[in-house]
Amino acid sequence: MKQVKILGTGCAKCNQLADAVKAVISSENIDASVEKIEDIQKIMAYNVLSTPALVVDGEVRCKGRVPSSTELKDLLTR
Amino acid sequence: MKLAGLAASAVVAWLLLYSNLEPLADMLLHVSGLSSATRFGEALHFFIYEVPKVLMLLTAVVFVMGVVHTFISPERTRAILSGRRLGAGNMLAASLGIVTPFCSCSAVPLFIGFLQAGVPLGVTFSFLISAPMVNEVALALLFGMFGWKVALLYMAMGLLVAIVAGMTIGRLGMERYLEEWVQQIQQSCSCGSEETGEAMTWNRRLQEGVTHVREIVGKVWLYIVLGVGLGAGIHGYVPENFMASIMGAEAWWSVPAAVLLGVPMYSNAAGILPVVQALLGKGAALGTVMAFMMSVIALSAPEMIILRKVLRPQLIAVFAGVVAAGIMLVGFVFNAVFPTL
Repeated sequence: MKQVKILGTGCAKCNQLADAVKAVISSENIDASVEKIEDIQKIMAYNVLSTPALVVDGEVRCKGRVPSSTELKDLLTR
Repeated sequence: MKLAGLAASAVVAWLLLYSNLEPLADMLLHVSGLSSATRFGEALHFFIYEVPKVLMLLTAVVFVMGVVHTFISPERTRAILSGRRLGAGNMLAASLGIVTPFCSCSAVPLFIGFLQAGVPLGVTFSFLISAPMVNEVALALLFGMFGWKVALLYMAMGLLVAIVAGMTIGRLGMERYLEEWVQQIQQSCSCGSEETGEAMTWNRRLQEGVTHVREIVGKVWLYIVLGVGLGAGIHGYVPENFMASIMGAEAWWSVPAAVLLGVPMYSNAAGILPVVQALLGKGAALGTVMAFMMSVIALSAPEMIILRKVLRPQLIAVFAGVVAAGIMLVGFVFNAVFPTL
């Protein structure tokens, strides 16, 4: 099972990313757990400068933007 | 090659349309049977000329910035600024603030990330002040409504405020007013050097430009239409020099009043500018109006609340105070240089 984390301090874009990720996971039947991380100290542990960021299995795959669902599918299944 | 052709024809179409907006507006008004000599006609003409003009300029500038952003990531900016000294570092930081992609919701991670990589506190603040204040939306709108001179002056003054405020904060040695855990991670990583920047095709870069336009223009167009609509009303109906007594250059207190009024307001430049333009036409002073706009954009209550997570109240107070003082100075200078626009 993939560990998917969404890093964001609760801004509008962060929620957009969370929703988009959940939608792709359910439509593509990806076996994954999704966790939202809003604590700034925990976010900084990933060394990201712009939020929201998408972390899959401990690796930052995208930051500062909300990718399209096709790109998200690729980022989540890679 | 196909891409270059497409881009070139888009530019030509844009230029053709943009340079013919005035005759087009005249023609539309003529077709509607209204005369621009009537109040309603004048307001309508103002509206149908101004809205497309401002929106077209905004689209062009935002598109170009979207493409520029693909070259300059926050990580790259951080690598450039890491270890810079006060002075030159502040100038560099303020300038990079214009071109680096920045969203106020990322202010805190950015702030901490900069300190982590050894960017001095004062230099970090210069970036953090300039990035939201001297942004492409504000500049495009100023350019569209007041011409390039005002836009350029706004940019220069915004940079100056960011540089001087950042240097002041740096000189004051405010590091001890960072929250404890932030103090501990200062210079804790040698991050920054590993960033090489994504290799991107031009196709992808142009796509990012389009995405940027969708995001920004999609968000602000309504404010612009409403603002220009209100402005058109003022343009047509409010008497000349109506604003001169309240917001004119002779009323010195109008600058601090405008700044104070602007701090609690949290709005994008798009909504305020069109109204402001109309007020200027009725005798308000440019410096007062600039100070108002800068304080609305640069100092906002929500941003202070976010920053409270990493800064102690004393440092937030110094930050707000220094920036507000700088903006007031800009207001006074503008009023002295341009008593009337």
